[in-house]
Amino acid sequence: MGMLEIRDLYKSYEGTMLLRGISFSVAATETVCLLGASGSGKSTLLRIIAGLETAEQGQVCWDGEDLAAIPAHRRGFGLVFQDYALFPHMTVGENVAFGLKMLGLSRAEIEARLSGVLEKVNLLHFMDRRVTELSGGEQQRVALARALAPNPNLLMFDEPLGALDRSLREQLMEELRELLHTNRIPAIYVTHDQEEAFKLADRIMLLHNGEIVREGLPAEIWADPGSAWAARFLDVGNILEGTARPDGSIETAAGIFHFPGLPAQPAGDKVNVLIRPAGARRVSNAGAGQPNSLTGVVTDVVFAHERFKVVLAGHLYFYLPEPAQIGERLTLQLSSNALQCLT
Amino acid sequence: MKADFHQARRDAPAGRRASDSVSTGRAVWKSLLPWLGVILFLGLFFFYPLVHILWVGLNPAALLAISANSLLVIRETTIFTFYQAGLSTLLTLALGLPAAFLFARYDFPGKRLLRTLTAIPFMLPTVVVAAGFTACLGPRGWLNLALMHIFRLATPPVIFTGTLGAILLAHVFYNTTIVIRIVGNAIAHLDPRLEQAARSLGADPPRLFWHVTLALLRPSILAAALLVFIFDFTSFGVVLLLGGPGFSTLEVAIYTQAMAFLNMPLAALLSLIQLACTLVFSILYSRLIPGTVVSIAPRLNIVARPPGLSRRLFVACLSVFLFLFYLLPLSALPIRSFLRLEADEGQRGQIRYGLTGDYYSALFVNRNNSIFYVPPFEAIGNSLGYAGLTVILSLLLGFPVATALAHPGRLTRLLDPLLMLPLGASAVTLGLGLIISFNHPLFGSQFVLVTSPVLVPVAHTIIALPFVIRTLQPALASIPDRLRQAAAVLGASPRRVWFAVDWPIVARATLSAAVFAFTISLGEFGASSLVVRPEYPTLPIAIARFLSQPGGLNYGQAMAMATILMFVCGLGILLIERLRLPGAGEF
Repeated sequence: MGMLEIRDLYKSYEGTMLLRGISFSVAATETVCLLGASGSGKSTLLRIIAGLETAEQGQVCWDGEDLAAIPAHRRGFGLVFQDYALFPHMTVGENVAFGLKMLGLSRAEIEARLSGVLEKVNLLHFMDRRVTELSGGEQQRVALARALAPNPNLLMFDEPLGALDRSLREQLMEELRELLHTNRIPAIYVTHDQEEAFKLADRIMLLHNGEIVREGLPAEIWADPGSAWAARFLDVGNILEGTARPDGSIETAAGIFHFPGLPAQPAGDKVNVLIRPAGARRVSNAGAGQPNSLTGVVTDVVFAHERFKVVLAGHLYFYLPEPAQIGERLTLQLSSNALQCLT
Repeated sequence: MKADFHQARRDAPAGRRASDSVSTGRAVWKSLLPWLGVILFLGLFFFYPLVHILWVGLNPAALLAISANSLLVIRETTIFTFYQAGLSTLLTLALGLPAAFLFARYDFPGKRLLRTLTAIPFMLPTVVVAAGFTACLGPRGWLNLALMHIFRLATPPVIFTGTLGAILLAHVFYNTTIVIRIVGNAIAHLDPRLEQAARSLGADPPRLFWHVTLALLRPSILAAALLVFIFDFTSFGVVLLLGGPGFSTLEVAIYTQAMAFLNMPLAALLSLIQLACTLVFSILYSRLIPGTVVSIAPRLNIVARPPGLSRRLFVACLSVFLFLFYLLPLSALPIRSFLRLEADEGQRGQIRYGLTGDYYSALFVNRNNSIFYVPPFEAIGNSLGYAGLTVILSLLLGFPVATALAHPGRLTRLLDPLLMLPLGASAVTLGLGLIISFNHPLFGSQFVLVTSPVLVPVAHTIIALPFVIRTLQPALASIPDRLRQAAAVLGASPRRVWFAVDWPIVARATLSAAVFAFTISLGEFGASSLVVRPEYPTLPIAIARFLSQPGGLNYGQAMAMATILMFVCGLGILLIERLRLPGAGEF
């Protein structure tokens, strides 16, 4: 069982630092998602691991061995490209068989493995089609089959679902999830879409400004994004700027909030308050002024399946079971686990 | 916006269909009107001669009377034409493919200059290129004179003119730019991620190149090769001037059979073989074209300074080689025209070597005192006159057609390919058709068209017309109706609209088309060599004549005239490039 280890990678592009000291490892059967905004250097990181680009500093190791001297074609790492990069001059079958041919397998062996992998992605009857005739979702499956066919030691995905529409994306996400779980190949999945990351990942790493700012299980990261940037990026909830008060509470434009059990901040310090939109309960307007309550005028109400997204003046939003009237004055009592203090 | 514009145009006739049947006859006549001139002109001077060639070559009496010797000529020239064209194409690819990679993948000092330099010969008249090569490598060229001087030899040591090598070299010189353009464009549009995908799938560099890069480029390489082959197959001036009497392609054989042996049936038969071949090649080529765009990816490739020592060496060697290969013949010519390096004919005693203007001043003297050897400056005058007439004629004929083509209907779509047919026929065939069709008195008068210089601008116009139309049409079509409507709504009268909206674009395109016609006429050699009257020679004909005559002064004058022609044509090419609208066609 192989294990990938990245040690202290640095890479700059046109004078700006793209990656600054990236270190992480991927265990034998693990799917790791690298989540970051576009331009955060996550694609570059994948290409460095694949051997298509070189880092200025740092190491990519496989089972403890530095891969610096191993060219891309001998690393045995599969890569699924953003726009699939299928060979337009080959059929579906030829595309998928390409990697097998490069392994120098016999014709019979190639045939056998080819039909096996095409079956896995439900493309067996597409074998002799030209890839240019396929739809986006079909192309994406071919790209996946092509990367899977040579049994790579590590599978990497560079925003593979980015170009697809929503329903197709959901369906492919499910397929991918199943495939990764049944095959147990170590995988690195790069995306800017948090929904994909939370659905697919065993472990998530947040990439920001060339650094991994947060790393953990999906639930851990959701429970504690760790920074205002991460909370904003993941769209966890409302973020308000506030100032610490001498009594340990925090004053914001929307009111004063108390954080039981929080180590007191030095008074006057600037902090961020995260208010999760699901932890609010409507109370009568007489309750205004209670600790951890919040009052505002409703500016918008949006139907959101089982609940309603209610937007208050100042762009604060909450999920409530009942709709409110636009223009109405609303008082909400926040539960203490809906509140979090971020630095 | 463009889509609904077209949609509207497509829908309009459908809506009017009911009233169409009433005025169909008048409408057809009205839409035919702009084509009248061209149809009459091409009918009389292109299609009628073509039919004439068919008749002369294929009438039963001529076919029955064909001699064993003629059959031998046909067989040998056909074989040699294919042989030299095939060999030239291979050599052109051998230089062109690395050059295409050089231009598409790497950045190096002097790249733009080198690119322009490789593109220039394609537009230059064949006589200029032939003269350039003799100035470099011919018996009176730089290399031989230098070697003779250094080693005190009596005869030129390097035999270049009159060899197959000369023909091949000139063809490579001419057509490498086609490979650079077509294949280079395909390389630049290759999606780099395809190569990266192949690498991540385990392809080592050789297999990557073979299975992916080259496989993706195959359609464009084939298209470029076929186009080069067509040009080599129909090459006339290069083979005649550099190959000498020992080599004869179909084109040259048509010329010699018609002009030297006066064997019109055989010339016609050779013409038909030539026509059939080029027709087949052209059809093949048009089938290949759709495959040349390998991927619709925008230019994703990063053009970079070559990494690594071996690539830097490749770039340095190839770029220096290309630079010398293109610069030497082009620069040898003008330099040679100002330098006296050998004795003139009949000149004895002390010879002054070095800088001289004699070759240019001799252009104004009729030394042979014969009506068939007019002083060279008259040839310059003739050429300018012919070129001027060609410009007027081709614009008069081409402008209405280009206007009609800019707003195409069903009829125009049918007529369009007809216009391009003359491109497929070789210039020599064109000339042959004209001289066998108009060699008898017209309408009972004494006037025989062949004996007048009129056929020269006519032939040049037929050759220039497709280029003129293809230059004008996209410009005229590019003027959006919305602009005209906007101007009209703002209160401009139709005349004001035309001057404000159409004129700036039309003027530019017209000037460009005129320069095109002028340059083509000035350098035309194939048709001219059959049609031109000896007492009214054109500049290229005079250059060819002086090149083939003995004596240093004759040679010097040929150099001087070729230099003048080169600079005038070069200026024309530059002007056309400057005037070219973005997106207007090439080739």
